[in-house]
Amino acid sequence: MAHEINYNEPPVIEIENLHKAFGANKVLRGFNLKLWQGENLAVMGKSGSGKSVLIKCIIGLVEIEQGKLMVLNQDVTLLNRKELDQLRVSVGFQFQSSALYDSMTVRENLEFPLRRHQERVKNESNLTRLVTEALEAVGLLQAIDYMPAELSGGMKKRIALARTLIMRPKIILYDEPTSGLDPVTAKEISVLITGIQERFHTASIIITHDLACARLASDRMIILHEGINYAESTYKKLAVEKDEVVKSFFE
Amino acid sequence: MLKGVKNFFLIAGQLSEFSARYFREVFFPPYEFKEFLKQCYFIGNKSFTLVGTTGLIMGIVLTLQTRPTLIEFGAVSWMPSMVGIAIVREIGPVVTALICAGKIGSGIGAELASMKVTEQIDAMEVSGTNPFKYLVITRVTATTIMVPTLVVVADIISLSGSALVEYLKGGVTFQLYFSKVFEYLEFGDLLPSIIKAFFFGFAIGIVGCYKGYTSTKGTEGVGRTANEAVVISSMLVFILDFIAVLVSDIFYEL
Repeated sequence: MAHEINYNEPPVIEIENLHKAFGANKVLRGFNLKLWQGENLAVMGKSGSGKSVLIKCIIGLVEIEQGKLMVLNQDVTLLNRKELDQLRVSVGFQFQSSALYDSMTVRENLEFPLRRHQERVKNESNLTRLVTEALEAVGLLQAIDYMPAELSGGMKKRIALARTLIMRPKIILYDEPTSGLDPVTAKEISVLITGIQERFHTASIIITHDLACARLASDRMIILHEGINYAESTYKKLAVEKDEVVKSFFE
Repeated sequence: MLKGVKNFFLIAGQLSEFSARYFREVFFPPYEFKEFLKQCYFIGNKSFTLVGTTGLIMGIVLTLQTRPTLIEFGAVSWMPSMVGIAIVREIGPVVTALICAGKIGSGIGAELASMKVTEQIDAMEVSGTNPFKYLVITRVTATTIMVPTLVVVADIISLSGSALVEYLKGGVTFQLYFSKVFEYLEFGDLLPSIIKAFFFGFAIGIVGCYKGYTSTKGTEGVGRTANEAVVISSMLVFILDFIAVLVSDIFYEL
């Protein structure tokens, strides 16, 4: 990776001993994580292992039961609604389903978060410039007046990424960014994630099942198994790991 | 049986809590005025044809069905006052509310449930927007205002339908017909009718939003939500109508 990560700086996300259960189903049982500015971290795990729950806890969509959860030096569990909304401006979230607003055009989808944070939009021409820049960053300026129903799966993922980028977040949380895509489009998305990291110096957590995506887009990987971070290292090191659980992800 | 009773109280409790949240948030900024106007347009304008057509047919049918009996008793001159009071007091508000429950309530329920399933509501939440304000406050306020408006429209069209029948069958002019209607209509007929229409509108909006916003059963749940929204809001319309009649009976002698 061409970018630099300063591990001496305080981490932008710090999680210690995170616990979360849904009834009797204990999903996270003491999960730990640190993420630094400019770093891409891939989290892999079986379906239902709590990967998506983890990033939903980080953004405050799911309440945690126990543990420390610091995002940009703020304890997410102690924030009120207004403070959480302010924090969310700095933390982008890319949904697995893209979650574009069906009733709005691509332009309106991108304008939606900006219009609700007027301090970022000085005037209408500035708004148009920001929308154009975000669409150019994902290479889809021509789709500006399309409705989401007219877009392919890959295009939807790119537009959703542009909608996230338009707020200039410091952290981006990707929930299975390449799921449901063909290998070629999936690779394009992985390359795009790396490009965004280099251009905007964002920190990212990438929840994925896609080995190629983890290899291309991550600086570091965590294997989430039975609610804890079972293994943690770079893709290259984990790929040659002898442990049976870790090996099962690379086979 | 016991499960049904438990479910009834559970839904009643959750709906009350949801309504309380509406009143806690409706008066405080940010105000989503543009979305509110858009919803008023969708709810009002898009329901106009259906409500208008139903109102016209209602007036014509009521007059045609009643006319022979009134002629038999030599009381056909009472037609404008009888139809006027029946439509303004009861038939207009209730039938319009039931139509709105079917069209608007189901639409809102299905739309929000679909947004919930496809994570669009979560997407609003993580973008630092309060989805309750953007989706629920705007829709419930719009239905609360637009249903009474549609009731007034339905009443006027319905009375016009009745006047048309009287003109064709009895040679009564529109001017005479409406002057007779307003001669017998009192403020005590009109005010309770409009007030209860506001409650009908609120009930339709809040039930549709509550069912959609709390939908959990995936894509299967979208259809079920629309169906439940219609059933619950229609039932609420009748309950509210019953309460309204009891209350107006206290203030205005029927």
